[in-house]
Amino acid sequence: MPRYQNIFTQVQLRTPPEMGVPLRRGNDPRVGKGTTNYWFGKLGAAQIGPIYLGRLGLASLIFGFLAFEIIGLNMWASVNWDPIQFVRQLPWLALEPPGPEYGFSPFVPLAQGGWWILAGFFLTVSVLLWCARTYVRARELGMGTHVTWAFLSAIWLYLVLGFIRPMLMGSWAEAVPFGIFPHLDWTAAFSIRYGNLFYNPFHCLSITFLYGSTLLFAMHGATILATARYGAERELEQITDRGTATERGALFWRWTMGFNANMESIHRWAWWFAVLTTLTGGIGILLTGTVVDNWYLWAVDHNYAPSYPDTGVIDPSLLQPETAP
Amino acid sequence: MSRYIPLVGACTALLALSACELGEKITQQTGYRGAGLAQVYDPDNYGTPEDLPPPPYALPPEGGPLATETYENVQVLTDMNTEQFNHLMAAITQWVSPDEGCAYCHNPADMADDSVYTKDVARRMLQMTRALNGEWASHTGETGVTCYTCHRGEPVPANVWAYTPQGNAMSIRGQRRGQNAPNPNVGYSSLPSDIFASYFEGDPSVVRVASSSAYPSAGHRISTMDAENSYAVMMHLSQALGVNCTYCHNSQSFQSWTQSSAQRNTAWYGIRMVRDTNEQYITPLAPIFPANRKGPLGDPLKVNCLTCHQGQAKPLGGQSMRQDYPYLHPPGVIPTELPTGENLISEILERPRQLTGESGAPNVP
Repeated sequence: MPRYQNIFTQVQLRTPPEMGVPLRRGNDPRVGKGTTNYWFGKLGAAQIGPIYLGRLGLASLIFGFLAFEIIGLNMWASVNWDPIQFVRQLPWLALEPPGPEYGFSPFVPLAQGGWWILAGFFLTVSVLLWCARTYVRARELGMGTHVTWAFLSAIWLYLVLGFIRPMLMGSWAEAVPFGIFPHLDWTAAFSIRYGNLFYNPFHCLSITFLYGSTLLFAMHGATILATARYGAERELEQITDRGTATERGALFWRWTMGFNANMESIHRWAWWFAVLTTLTGGIGILLTGTVVDNWYLWAVDHNYAPSYPDTGVIDPSLLQPETAP
Repeated sequence: MSRYIPLVGACTALLALSACELGEKITQQTGYRGAGLAQVYDPDNYGTPEDLPPPPYALPPEGGPLATETYENVQVLTDMNTEQFNHLMAAITQWVSPDEGCAYCHNPADMADDSVYTKDVARRMLQMTRALNGEWASHTGETGVTCYTCHRGEPVPANVWAYTPQGNAMSIRGQRRGQNAPNPNVGYSSLPSDIFASYFEGDPSVVRVASSSAYPSAGHRISTMDAENSYAVMMHLSQALGVNCTYCHNSQSFQSWTQSSAQRNTAWYGIRMVRDTNEQYITPLAPIFPANRKGPLGDPLKVNCLTCHQGQAKPLGGQSMRQDYPYLHPPGVIPTELPTGENLISEILERPRQLTGESGAPNVP
């Protein structure tokens, strides 16, 4: 049955656009009449729109646009407004936070990191408004607010990195630059400064949940696709009225690993694994520099770092009269 | 439409692989197993050690009249006899100014004349070379250096650095803050690339950014930005030597000396040697260099690790020229051990394969 192994949707529905439930008083009208697109239909549903923009969505887009423009124009200015160099060097370009000399002061000259503070502020406002929008829309549709809480977990990590930890450390210079390679170099430098982040137990937990999320996603996706011929993609019906797809999927996992999720719990696991990735990651970052200054030495103190044979090399600065840098 | 998909996919795959270096690699384990302590060499790119220029002629014997007795105005090489002095002059011409000849430093009408600035520079460089082979034997070892180690047949070594203009710090136009540009100094990363002035002269910036205590203390206030500078200068070392981090460090703890290899010790002296070279021998020459031998801010062109190493863990593939030019080593100083203490390098690290439980494995360059 090769059609279940294809990454594209094989059958596309073409009907007049589904407009959704009527909205209650106080809601804005939805934008657009809805249309269909063949290539979107290859990936998911072919219908595009109508979308609900609303005041929260509009405000979020405006603040997000401001942040995007500040970051992009700063990067463009750094190559003397040369459009070709802007494109060629884009992965290297950055908007850097203020240096350590400014501490955590909100009043920093724009060119010295003030633009970074502004961009960070606007981006924070934007994601928080978008998060509120997911809450309000979910409530309006009578849904749970799981998406909002999961989004808040990601925002927690973002705020720890860019605001909460710099505040506790009293220095903007601890924050992450905006930029593709620059933020990666920051990550490596951060680990070097704090004595190897791999020995941070919350970093371990975060990675466990991150890799666990991909594992669960693969297991779940594979199970549903493998039982799709028995109607497994109709998940809700299978929860209340377990059909042959659920039975076979459950049987497969009981046979192979002795234990199985059910149609509801697999999604709870996936949600918690995803949420805990950024939740524990944020805790790990928050503790770094504030509570622990060198994770490797901390791990040695707690009998947690493996020890290798001593190479017998001595710090030469200990043999010199002057102190080595 | 869909028949183009395989074509587009194949082209994308080829493009993605275009940066890969095909062919066999040589991997050498250099430390305890399981910690990624290994060097990977690409034989196609590592190359064979280049051919050293042959000596101009056989080394003349000791004895005979001193150069100071034969020539006028010999100020530095006062301990050499005339024949060896001439031998060295012929070699220097080969190493530094093969096209320009003697006249690059000397007034042909009067060889004793000091009117050509390069002659003053050459004097200081000869003192420097002997210092590198003497007091800095902690880094140059038994191999030593000659003018050729850096110059390679060029009047100005190919790999040097000078201060770079910073631009207006209060404007974002053209402002990179010394980083965020593809720069070969730091392996084309976006790390700070304007780092040499911070580490290779004067009062150096802190390179040991990790704390020596597990917990925060008022005595250790180093920002993540400082760590980027330290990381950047280490990338320079890595690029200059053609090695990765684990040539010196166990990445479990970059800080720990007892987990590091003996090479880290050599590098430690090397960094100080570079600093001393710039401070004692090059920067003081600033008044006599003409503008075309200076950087954009008017400072002389200074050295870093790449000046000698040029991508090899040992410059010139570790080949020594000492036997042909023994007079470049200061008289009476023949280092047989490191000057700062015994047993700095434990015996086992001389044979790192022993740490792996294997032995007799071939040595790789």
